[in-house]
Amino acid sequence: MGFEPRIVGFLCNWCSYTGADLAGTSRIPYSPSIRVIRVMCSARVDPTFVLRCLSEGADGVLVCGCHPGDCHYSEGNYKALRRMALLKRLVRDFGIEEERVRLEWVSASEGKRFADVVDDMTRKIRDLGPSKVRAVLAADRAER
Amino acid sequence: MARTITIDPITRLEGHGKIEIFLDDAGGVEDCYFQIPELRGFERFVVGRPIEELPRIVTRICGVCPASHHMAGAKAVDGCFGGQVTPLAVKLRDMYYQAHFIHSHIAHFYALAAPDFVCGPDADPSVRNILGVVAKVGLEIGGEVIRARSKAQRIQQLLGGKTTHLVWCLPGGVSKGLKKEELDEIRPLCDQLFEFAQFSLGLFKKVILENAQYVDLILKGPYTLDVQNMGLVDENNAPNFYDGAVRVVDFEGRELYRYQPAEYMDFVAEHVETWTYLKFPYLKKRGWKGFVEGIDSSIYCATPLSRLNVADRMATPRAQEAFEEMFSTLGGKPCKALMAQHWARLVEMVQNAETLQKYCADPGITGAEFRIIPDRITGEGVGIVEAMRGTLTHHYTCDEKGICTSANLIVGTTNNNAPIHMVTKKAARSLIRPGVEPTSGILNRIEMAFRAFDPCFSCATHSLPGQMPLEVRIHKGGEVRWIFKRP
Amino acid sequence: MAGKKLQIALYWGAACGGCDVAVLDTDEFILEVAALADIRLWPIATDGKYADVEAMADGELDLTLFNGAVRNSENEHIAKLLRRKSKLLVAFGSCAHMGGIPGLANQVTREEIFERAYLNNPSIEAGNHTIPLPRTNVNGWELAIPQFYQRVYKLDDVVEVDYYVPGCPPAPDQVKKVIQAIAGGALPPKGSVVGASERTVCDDCARTKKEKRVKRFYRPWEIIQDPELCLLEQGILCSGSVTRSGCGVRCPNSGMPCRGCYGPGPNVRDQGAKLLSAAASIVDSKDPEEIDRILDGIPDFMNYAYRFGLPASLLQRRFR
Repeated sequence: MGFEPRIVGFLCNWCSYTGADLAGTSRIPYSPSIRVIRVMCSARVDPTFVLRCLSEGADGVLVCGCHPGDCHYSEGNYKALRRMALLKRLVRDFGIEEERVRLEWVSASEGKRFADVVDDMTRKIRDLGPSKVRAVLAADRAER
Repeated sequence: MARTITIDPITRLEGHGKIEIFLDDAGGVEDCYFQIPELRGFERFVVGRPIEELPRIVTRICGVCPASHHMAGAKAVDGCFGGQVTPLAVKLRDMYYQAHFIHSHIAHFYALAAPDFVCGPDADPSVRNILGVVAKVGLEIGGEVIRARSKAQRIQQLLGGKTTHLVWCLPGGVSKGLKKEELDEIRPLCDQLFEFAQFSLGLFKKVILENAQYVDLILKGPYTLDVQNMGLVDENNAPNFYDGAVRVVDFEGRELYRYQPAEYMDFVAEHVETWTYLKFPYLKKRGWKGFVEGIDSSIYCATPLSRLNVADRMATPRAQEAFEEMFSTLGGKPCKALMAQHWARLVEMVQNAETLQKYCADPGITGAEFRIIPDRITGEGVGIVEAMRGTLTHHYTCDEKGICTSANLIVGTTNNNAPIHMVTKKAARSLIRPGVEPTSGILNRIEMAFRAFDPCFSCATHSLPGQMPLEVRIHKGGEVRWIFKRP
Repeated sequence: MAGKKLQIALYWGAACGGCDVAVLDTDEFILEVAALADIRLWPIATDGKYADVEAMADGELDLTLFNGAVRNSENEHIAKLLRRKSKLLVAFGSCAHMGGIPGLANQVTREEIFERAYLNNPSIEAGNHTIPLPRTNVNGWELAIPQFYQRVYKLDDVVEVDYYVPGCPPAPDQVKKVIQAIAGGALPPKGSVVGASERTVCDDCARTKKEKRVKRFYRPWEIIQDPELCLLEQGILCSGSVTRSGCGVRCPNSGMPCRGCYGPGPNVRDQGAKLLSAAASIVDSKDPEEIDRILDGIPDFMNYAYRFGLPASLLQRRFR
């Protein structure tokens, strides 16, 4: 206990950002761990964004898009699906726990679901502890 | 008074190294250490990689003999795939490998070795390099040397698609074959390289063998060791650089062992010291006995001279003539005079060139069966080749998906770590005399001891006018008391 | 300065010597270099010692080409020494540019490397507990070797670098152009990648490219490829589309896939992220389970993504 995860959230404009907004207007409480960045589509999320977040010490990265079949740009979320599948493998290869990078489909009407996803991810990351990335890189430099 | 002489870095070889010479109160050599300060960890970081990627990762162990690592790795990978590789691929690999040997041997002889002999071991450092060699032998010959090396590289480029850090071998064979138009370009180059090899032998005789001082240096200098020899041989006990059995012969000519690559772990082990990152291979069955010479020594050399020492004959006719001439001049075989390695290299070059010519005349060499798709993964392989600098072993294991689970490497020059350390000390003891300040020429003669072994990177060519700066620092009680500098 | 020769140095960190061979492979051009420059340090070829460099004035060297990664304290020490003594410092070759193949060691720890090299290894002398140490005392004499760092660094992690020449090794004709440009005073903006093009290997590769839809990825030995067709289209992972060109497309022309040694294209921060996008975008499926099955055909993706540039990546190393 005692550590509040800092999670970066990339939410697509049409479905998941609206869904997150709905959680707010519906007064559904959820962990204040998430820092939201709105993108037009989940396909906009370049793997570089996720890696940069992790390298700068984010405890987790959440990417949300429209449900399959509902993408405003028709297939963007499938591109995100394929990319995130490979990205999760890469993050695991880097020795970073897979709970820290997550892809979820959240529709515009799913305020509750958004809140549940954030709470669930926060809980899991709180159990894992803070990101080790910056501390390890600093420890490396300190021996020189 | 007691003091230290440090030569750092050692030069005209590949890789980092330094020599520490400890002088006693009288100014004689009390002890001497040859230290290697580098390590990269290939044996560990290739684990987990798809096994077919290893041959193109391990080339980066050395940029002068990358094909040695590529071939040894490819053979270890062949083993992991049940030995499935086409006969044509083996021929093509062997053909590439001859050209690879030539490029390196040319560079070493002319750029590393020649300056010490053509210009002289005590020559002014500013001329004791390839430029000084060119000044003595002429620009025409200098240009010929560069062109010859370039031809050897061109042959590799045409055959394997790339020279340094080639990517050509894969499970089942090689990724490209030899086209007829490529062979048409290669054929005359091979003939020219054969002529060049003969020319190089002639130059060696003229410049070195006709100079009594150099003959003395070779035969009577401090550069000899009573240790054993190792090299790869074919079924006729002739040197084979790509394949064969490992033969170990003592310095009186007795065969001690003859084993297949898969058995290497029963015959070679490695000793570790705290003062250097490089390990010391030794003959396992005899156990580590320390840095000692003698008929029971477990120390061995694996060098061009060793390869010829363990062979009964060469594999090709003109090389055989050169082999016989060399040993009759040296007074028989095995030869313990380590400076003769420079000669052995040139004899090998003749075999390399004749072998290339043989492949050029092979009608099947442009065939299409240069690879197959292997149908089974058996999980383990040992590949041993002769790197230009010594016997090279790659031993890989992989899982059922072909992912590397372990790698063990005994690299060419590593075999010679103990002999180099020992002969450097011997040379230092012989050349540094109590009461006489060691000159830069003397320190260079100490460096000549390791240079004879042909470092992995032998491509030190050109020489550029440059100073040979030298600084000797005399310490006493932790302070620098006196500095001798040669401008 | 008119009439004065360029003072240059070529040095290696954690290197293999291939970059020095690349300079050699410029063939007769080397004699031109000899005419216009004094090489004050080049351990592979000349007899300059560290003490000689220490004795130089700051900025006395016009140019240093530094190849090899920074793996230990000696590499860093000499990098800093040469930076002080050089007007221009060039990161030459993949290792200095991005960490190179030695950078793959950032996936393991120093302890794991030492354990495998010196202790737990089938060839090591039975019962050995000795490992190399930075300092050894022998009969009152001290022997020192550099400290082996926990991870590998690229050159600009430890000193400021003026230019980068990519490649493993850099192509000889590019080496020639770089030396000629610098000798001639035609200097591009500081921090530029020189000796390479602004395109990708894919752009320069002559293979036919049509549409890429991959239902299965193949290891290079699993199929006999069509030598005229794009490798990626045949399901063989190739980094050509995410790699800067200038190498002459050496590997695909040999029949083998590109592994990215020239580093990322212009304006790309993380080469592996780009390969990830490229590979994911050609997976021909919308079903999560099928996508996973197809991606199972690429084992160990990290090592394709960052074969030559792990220290240069955003995450730089594996975390435990």
